[in-house]
Amino acid sequence: MTWAAIVAGSAACYAIKLAGVSLPQRFLQDPRIQRTIPLLPVALLAALIATQTFATGRHLVLDVRAAALAVAAIAVLLRAPFLVVVAAGAATAALLRIII
Amino acid sequence: MRSPIVRDALGIAVATGAYALSFGAISVTSGLSILQTCALSLLMFTGASQFAFVGVIGAGGSPWAGAATAALLGSRNALYGVRLSSLLEVVGVRRFVAAQFVIDESTAMAIARETRPEARLGFWSTGIAIFILWNLGTLIGALATHALPDPRVLGFDAAPPAAFLALLAPRLRSREPLAIALAAALIAVVCLPFVPAGVPLLIVAVIVVLYGLVRR
Repeated sequence: MTWAAIVAGSAACYAIKLAGVSLPQRFLQDPRIQRTIPLLPVALLAALIATQTFATGRHLVLDVRAAALAVAAIAVLLRAPFLVVVAAGAATAALLRIII
Repeated sequence: MRSPIVRDALGIAVATGAYALSFGAISVTSGLSILQTCALSLLMFTGASQFAFVGVIGAGGSPWAGAATAALLGSRNALYGVRLSSLLEVVGVRRFVAAQFVIDESTAMAIARETRPEARLGFWSTGIAIFILWNLGTLIGALATHALPDPRVLGFDAAPPAAFLALLAPRLRSREPLAIALAAALIAVVCLPFVPAGVPLLIVAVIVVLYGLVRR
């Protein structure tokens, strides 16, 4: 099932890219669509952060991942590069699991 | 004028390759095989969507919820394509090849140029260089993580939110996206106990699209 979802998800992402370079200019030029599509990544990334930090399955939990996110947020505010932000989050979780 | 464009492209590709290392590591930690991880980088080839796909699966969601989230995150590439098509003027088979290289970085490197030949060089050099190093980085990250007895010891299972935060931060430069991000996070957490894993993301997507279409 994972393989089928990989192929279907990739095909959808490719179709979206191909539509952009293929459709006549007037498609997707509607100002409402132009304003709405950039909002999707903002909302989805925020929702992903919240669900993957505060949930295990369908249960809300508060654990080391919240501390990992806080440290990652500090790294972002300090304008750290992408890899440093990810490493800071992972290292915080790993260290806290050893300590606690 | 040509060599600085190619040099910039290689610089961005090296940085993106390092970012691919973390994708490979997170994907394998989320339970995907090395082959599945590499297939995502080859076929999907759009970073945020790939992170979302493996993030949803790692959190216990269905692969189909992951695929739907990946597609929704990839919708911005259609807007990039619209902006690029007048610059690139690609036809026939080349259009099908160019489409796969339409991502954040190649678009940024093309639309910043003053002339069309420079825009084309920026797009193709960035797209091809990133494609090579993104897939190479993914493979190395996946192989290295697979060799670890338990990747969770390194905290890689807690890494996806940090990666998403790093992707989100540059988009929060004004008040409206910040408010949307906070509302989306709240809505996702509130409906999470009542629906299967991955579905809160789709609910958030529907709400934000409705909001975008009705507001003035």
